[in-house]
Amino acid sequence: MGKITEFNIDGTLYQTELTKKFENRKIWKKPDPKQIMSFIPGAIVEIFVKEGQKVKAGEGLMILEAMKMKNRIEMPFDGVIKKIYVTEGVKVPNRLLMLEIE
Amino acid sequence: MSLKRNILDLRKRKEKVLQGGGEKAIQKQVAMGKLTARERVTSILDEDSFHEYDLFVEHEARDFGMEKKELHGDGVIIGTGTIYGEPVCIFAQDFTVAGGSLGLMHARKITKIMDHALKMRVPLIGINDSGGARIQEGVNSLAGYGEIFFRNTLASGVIPQLSVILGPCAGGAVYSPALTDFVFVVENISKMFITGPEVIKTVLGEEISMEELGGAKVHSEITGNAHFYALSEYECFEQIKKLLTFIPWHNGKKAKAFPPKPPKPEFKIEDIVPADPTQPYDIRNVIKSVVDDSDFFEVMENFAGNIVIGFGRMNGETVGFVANQPMVLAGVLDCDSSDKAARFIRYCDAFNIPLVTLEDMPGYLPGVDQEHMGVIRHGAKILYAYSEATVPKITVIIRKAYGGGYIAMNSRHMKADFMFAWPTAEIAVMGPEGAANIIFRKEIMAAEDPDAVRREKVAEYKEKFANPYVAAAKGYIDTVIEPLETRNMLLHSIEVSSNKADRRPQKKHGIPPF
Repeated sequence: MGKITEFNIDGTLYQTELTKKFENRKIWKKPDPKQIMSFIPGAIVEIFVKEGQKVKAGEGLMILEAMKMKNRIEMPFDGVIKKIYVTEGVKVPNRLLMLEIE
Repeated sequence: MSLKRNILDLRKRKEKVLQGGGEKAIQKQVAMGKLTARERVTSILDEDSFHEYDLFVEHEARDFGMEKKELHGDGVIIGTGTIYGEPVCIFAQDFTVAGGSLGLMHARKITKIMDHALKMRVPLIGINDSGGARIQEGVNSLAGYGEIFFRNTLASGVIPQLSVILGPCAGGAVYSPALTDFVFVVENISKMFITGPEVIKTVLGEEISMEELGGAKVHSEITGNAHFYALSEYECFEQIKKLLTFIPWHNGKKAKAFPPKPPKPEFKIEDIVPADPTQPYDIRNVIKSVVDDSDFFEVMENFAGNIVIGFGRMNGETVGFVANQPMVLAGVLDCDSSDKAARFIRYCDAFNIPLVTLEDMPGYLPGVDQEHMGVIRHGAKILYAYSEATVPKITVIIRKAYGGGYIAMNSRHMKADFMFAWPTAEIAVMGPEGAANIIFRKEIMAAEDPDAVRREKVAEYKEKFANPYVAAAKGYIDTVIEPLETRNMLLHSIEVSSNKADRRPQKKHGIPPF
């Protein structure tokens, strides 16, 4: 047998091995609506806003191009742009923090 | 005039075609550590049994300079032969001819042998080693893939379909193996992916090697696309031949029977399982202690190890085993193990192989990632597969059978034919700790020493419910057996189920939670 660890199911501790896949699973984090994350890997082709700018809900923030589709990222609610983490022309992986709102 | 000239001409033509892509391309193939397509075919089949067809096929492409190219056999070998004296159909893509790329005639050769296999009701073995679609042939090569996929689906559940990945198998090409029953991969040789590393890099900027993206290990450990993993092509061929000894040639037949043999004495069933349900052991040893010659042929050994599936023989007849593995993740059911077991159950049901289920699991795996990955619909596949199966179905509850898992693992309620339990079996809605915390919540919270009361209540619950007799009193299990009786009870129950008829409502097909 491999490495035996304690594994809690409904309050009972079982002695068992874990799998690599289980150990590498993504731990869930509560999404923060103030953080705009990429939802698909692609490239930032255009950014419409600047840090410190007041933006209304529904206005465009940037264009994330992926799979030959230009996706317009919109402001989710009225607010101020706190920080922009990407620049025009960069490639972004999935679930990357692109922009923060105040 | 004598026939001699014609015969010599034929021989000359054959000789030319048999060179495949020529000396240089063959050297390249060998340098990659790969056998040639013909070597593969002849290594799998009985000696001198291979007969090739369509070796004089030529492509019809006329664009992009293709009209000047001669591609022997159009990059694929098809034919018939025998394995252990029984007929099979086989095709092998020849990487030395235009990278084994699939054009219209290449695909037509494959579909011809597929049609043949289905009509003759013999297993189909497909060896994949191809760069993908032949771009110069455009939509014709896409049409070719489509015709193959359609036939894979048509043949599914009628004849066994085995896919052997011995080179690249990329893009749409991967869907033919994915539609077949068993996929074989070999370390360093097999590569399967929808989109290759280069495209991923240019489009997404993610850098990854072919091996890390879709190598043999990835598909046998992470994705679950492969069923058998081997270190060499020859080991892979032995796996293919061994698998074929366990399965019937088509869905109207039973697997070939072998002379019965007792299990090997080193597997002592009573010494394998600890009485404490939190202690691990290797369930495969329990299987080995009941099957003929202790010969258990595991399927998907490296994927979702919390459930074990595979074939063994009892009294010489093939049996499919589905067993929780307490040694890995405490044997829980989760998305991957549900997929793995459900597909195997459906395979056994389609091919008249009785199912034996060995149960020892604490339920479904809790967690956000599992819930969000869809453990509901994945888990439902097991319920569906067991309920749908009409082959003889026997369950032995070894220790834990909690909650939804108890229902799912071929319970009486899924119409198991025989339900046996060891005296160590615990059949309950959940484990004693969790149950006591809920039932006696108020008492525990109100107590001066909550831990002491909790321990007391857990013990009380264990005493009352953590045994097989409550379920036995309701007839949900047929009898409680001693571990040593397990093999005999299984042999007997399989024997008395041999004429089982279980008729279901007429329908076109069900709608399983794919």
